[in-house]
Amino acid sequence: MYNPTVARLTYRAVLGRRRAAILFVLPGLLLLIAAAVRGFNGADDQVAADVLGGFAIATMVPLIGVIAGTGSIGPEIDDGSIVYLLAKPVKRPTIIFTKLIVAIAVTMAFSAVPTFIAGYILNGNGQQVAIAYTVAALVASIAYSALFLLLGTVSRHAVVIGLVYALVWETLFGSLVPGARTLSVQQWSLALAEKIGGEGLIGSDVGLPAAVALLAGVTVAATWYAGQKLRVLKLAGEE
Amino acid sequence: MSTLRIDNTSRWFGNVVAVNDVTMTIGPGVTGLLGPNGAGKSTLINMMGGFLAPSNGTVTLDGAQIWRNESVYRQIGVVPEREAMYDFLTGREFVVANAELHGLGAKEAQRALATVEMEYAQDRKVSTYSKGMRQRVKMASALVHDPSVLLLDEPFNGMDPRQRMQLMDLLRRMGAEGRTVLFSSHILEEVEQLASHIEVIVAGRHAASGDFRRIRRLMTDRPHRYLVRSSDDRALAAALIADPSTAGIEVDLAEGALRIQAVDFGRFTELLPKVAREHSIRLLTVSPSDESLESVFSYLVAA
Repeated sequence: MYNPTVARLTYRAVLGRRRAAILFVLPGLLLLIAAAVRGFNGADDQVAADVLGGFAIATMVPLIGVIAGTGSIGPEIDDGSIVYLLAKPVKRPTIIFTKLIVAIAVTMAFSAVPTFIAGYILNGNGQQVAIAYTVAALVASIAYSALFLLLGTVSRHAVVIGLVYALVWETLFGSLVPGARTLSVQQWSLALAEKIGGEGLIGSDVGLPAAVALLAGVTVAATWYAGQKLRVLKLAGEE
Repeated sequence: MSTLRIDNTSRWFGNVVAVNDVTMTIGPGVTGLLGPNGAGKSTLINMMGGFLAPSNGTVTLDGAQIWRNESVYRQIGVVPEREAMYDFLTGREFVVANAELHGLGAKEAQRALATVEMEYAQDRKVSTYSKGMRQRVKMASALVHDPSVLLLDEPFNGMDPRQRMQLMDLLRRMGAEGRTVLFSSHILEEVEQLASHIEVIVAGRHAASGDFRRIRRLMTDRPHRYLVRSSDDRALAAALIADPSTAGIEVDLAEGALRIQAVDFGRFTELLPKVAREHSIRLLTVSPSDESLESVFSYLVAA
């Protein structure tokens, strides 16, 4: 199921592109904000939860998911170089699964790790806030990677669509419109954080069982469908 | 020894028919797929390479369906037309990765790089390569698993004459070894120099098939049209129509020229200057009016 050569090529493609700069800028920004808040405000559990929930989980994780998820397949399909993977006796779902693992690893590394560090900077993991949001970032990384990998497989405008989803749907609607919240990776992952964090600090609109089922369902369905799409992929740029 | 078979295959994109009911068999040796740009050559090669489903009909390799069958790539090597490859890798890393995807390793990659004579630049990034070097590394990646079938889409595009010769030698060698080598081209001379067997595709249809001498004859024996201006058009017309090498002459008053249809190309080209000299007529313009590749090909379709 996992092909190390595909993984190596994917890592170099995702981390070697100019877009990868965002992977470093966003976590850097989070740590900067965390340090500034702690410096000016001192340690405060509610403020820590607001910063991690408002910036790390609502903005940073989905954006990094877009870069890593679409970046692990989109550019190869766009320029046609994916033909070198497709013209091999390697099962197409294996290619997708491997790329998913890479996207998850990159998203986790660049979102969950800085979230954890920022949590410690903000209030020293008081009320388990750092751990709670780190777990949320980890599970959200999986679902976002699968969703954006599928997007990168089916659309040439994956980055734009991904950004619109991440910024408009997750950040804006997900935070403001109640109905949209049930269909939001952010809320599902927050359902986990809610259980871990201190009483009343973290809120989610989705119950835990539903959240876990939705996270798992979306991840599996998106990955399966991406594998099917790759089996019948038409290479662009034909007559 | 492998044989590709295309059986009553069509492929359309929306309303556009790219390949129209084509049947052909491609066996060992070098075969040239000849046709003007946009004729459907790439679509055909993409179907043979398993990158496109036929809308109708079947495309098989030794009886096995190619579409949605990854195992055919153990036998097929593909050299795509598009430039893009993993530019951030070195040539060697690229070929090694291709070898690994076949379950092979560095040894096979090195052999393939030697075959295309790219060892001297194998540690440079692909992004620094010239077009010809890219083409050779693409070849190496296709040869790494010693395939019995090699598909190349416009492999000579953008190559300089020396690179072209090297690649032709290499493909000839592959064909002589009993591999099934198929390459597409829109340049007759290229195909003539390399392929023992030619398949001609025009506007999605299979226009002709056979060895290049037969195709060449079909192309030169077709009626040729000329536009001729001279010091005395009518006298020239009268003298030319007496000869069986011409089938029709029109005096185009608006153009001030003769439109001549010649049926025997060789004889007519000798006749015209002779007749002009005998009648002391000066030839001012002699231009073939339908020499474009498209018109040559469309004649083949009608034949």
